Amino acid sequence: MKRLAGASVPLLAALVAFFFGALMIVALGESPISGLTSMIDGAFGTGDRVAATAVRAVPLLLVGVGITVAFRANVINIGGEGQIIAGALLSTVVALAIPDTPKVILLPLVILGGLIGGAIWGAIPGVLKAYASVNEILSTIMLNIVAVQLMNYLLRGPMIDPIEVNGSRIPQTARLSDNAALPTLIDGTRLHLGVPLAVVAAIFIYIVLWRTPMGFRLRAVGHNPDAARAAGISVERNIVKALAISGALSGLAGVTLVFGSESLRLVTDGGSAGFTGSAGFNGIVAALFGGLHPLWTVPSSFLFGSLLTGATELQRELQIPNALAIALNGLIVLFVVSSNKVRSWLDRRLDRSMFSDSPDPTKNMGGESELVAADGVQRE
Amino acid sequence: MASLSSSPPTGFSVSNFFTVSVLVGTLSTAVRFAVPYLLAALGETIGQRSGVLNLGVDGVMLLGGFGAYYAVLETDSHLFGIAVGLAVGLFMGVVYACVTVFLDAEQGISGIGIFLFGLGFSDLLFQELVGTPLPIRPLPRLDQLSAVGAWFEPLVDIDVIGPLLFDHDLLTYLAFALVPAAWWLLTKTTFGMNIRAVGENPQAADSLGVSVARTRFIAILIGNAMAGLAGAALALQLAIFQHNLTNGIGFIAVALVYFGAWRPRWVMAGALLYGIVTATRIRWQSLGIIPQGASDVAAMAPALITILALVLLARRVRGPAALTRPFSRH
Repeated sequence: MKRLAGASVPLLAALVAFFFGALMIVALGESPISGLTSMIDGAFGTGDRVAATAVRAVPLLLVGVGITVAFRANVINIGGEGQIIAGALLSTVVALAIPDTPKVILLPLVILGGLIGGAIWGAIPGVLKAYASVNEILSTIMLNIVAVQLMNYLLRGPMIDPIEVNGSRIPQTARLSDNAALPTLIDGTRLHLGVPLAVVAAIFIYIVLWRTPMGFRLRAVGHNPDAARAAGISVERNIVKALAISGALSGLAGVTLVFGSESLRLVTDGGSAGFTGSAGFNGIVAALFGGLHPLWTVPSSFLFGSLLTGATELQRELQIPNALAIALNGLIVLFVVSSNKVRSWLDRRLDRSMFSDSPDPTKNMGGESELVAADGVQRE
Repeated sequence: MASLSSSPPTGFSVSNFFTVSVLVGTLSTAVRFAVPYLLAALGETIGQRSGVLNLGVDGVMLLGGFGAYYAVLETDSHLFGIAVGLAVGLFMGVVYACVTVFLDAEQGISGIGIFLFGLGFSDLLFQELVGTPLPIRPLPRLDQLSAVGAWFEPLVDIDVIGPLLFDHDLLTYLAFALVPAAWWLLTKTTFGMNIRAVGENPQAADSLGVSVARTRFIAILIGNAMAGLAGAALALQLAIFQHNLTNGIGFIAVALVYFGAWRPRWVMAGALLYGIVTATRIRWQSLGIIPQGASDVAAMAPALITILALVLLARRVRGPAALTRPFSRH
């Protein structure tokens, strides 16, 4: 019964959002049934499409898992976009610097570069928050802007494809070394190593958060910083750590976007969404929908990946702009966050906490439900 | 934004960039560039003073901007366009107020929801209803209006002061007039006192009989209406709409509120700073004084300055104590 309540509220929120989506499709003069079938067909119609959906889900999953780490430490990371770009840039630099290195060495180095790039971009707002009390929401947003301009500068200048210098000056790198490409797992599809890598990352973060002292400290800081400090845990260091881990995962998402792409190069259109596909924001949606739990974020990301690939098909077949998917994502966020109150009402009705079955030692530290605390909703 | 800057005179070099007329021209453009930032940030200031953070400003701006653009495209009436922008903002305000005030949703995240919805839905409407970017009639400056133009024309011709002060459109004057208006509202009116009270200590305000929910609801409505107006100002000044027209202006507006320490005149200073940096960068670039690469680096400047300001201010200036905290009676 309690499991039902836990899962049913976000599902209900999604249903309401999809109802609005159906309304929009009707308003655009199409039947919602044919809209839905073409979306399902686009996302799961063939093996190739399932693979494409999984690939679309990878950045959402990685960013989303990073979001859960930050949220558990009670930090809001809106900087996914910038961290994706930072990871992509540093990994691309690695691939450009040593292109002829054998794959077994180059690929891990490229991945490491992405992790470090993202971690740096995440650690900056962490340091600013921990040691200068700068609101992380603002600093991450500002660093998104800085990252985009840095990418524009590097791709128009130092990192531009030599062919483009005297050509049309398209801001992109040369085609990167094949030794750095994420290997394709099933021939004929786009399914690449990034997919299992992202799932492993989610499991790894789950273990770190709930099975290691480090994870315990992160969650303790998120749950009650004063109590954590009294227990000898450095609040400052854990805030930096949470944002650095969160950023590293987004940086890895940047690696999969560059080295899992068919063109195998980093291209900018001057904005951030052109490269990231707004994964830095959509990952928040996936994490939220997964109850801010790393493992639930896996199916949730796959769902939102299918929404994106499905919307592409919707545009191709019924000429309904795929911007519909972004609008729906926004509605889902609104409904899910609004459902907290509905959820606590359900909690009271069921007279028990619905998350009591998840392994969470911090529960003993305070009375409120774990998720509510992670959301930072009630901190009186 | 590039289309806002007037086309460069030919044969310019670094030496005569610093002539008075070019400087005045750049500053005059800067004032206009500052308008969307200013309107959005002033609205956000009022909302935050009541204790509600709205990260969805950018989305509301996009929706208001599209509404205003489409209204002008169909009716050719700028006033109607502005009204539509305001109405769209008000509507989104009702949505956001319901979500944050009545359903106690986490504000940072629900704002992202509003942003994504605005980003997607404005693009959806634009692609369905318009398709390719059709320019609209640009927003006229006051001296081009038949009603008051005769009064303004001689003023525009005054050296330096003319282009700086009298060569603007109605929304620019409105935006800057709203700075003292917002200050007056927040500090001199009972409603403003209530806004600040529920932003500082909602429990105390509640015990004194101030309705926290109603006060926040209205503050959010004002904030979102101004965000809608800011979007309208952007779209009408650029005389165009496209996917993600704002390109993050709404997020910067939120940062400007912190930058301005929740005080309208400092928020205005921040908006002007963004206007000046943007106008200077575009002017320099169009004159070929700095290459594209340096221009990209220069585009980081406002964000870096904002971060620096936040570092310097964060521990000296205290924001509304109840910011981002939902209120419920226990």
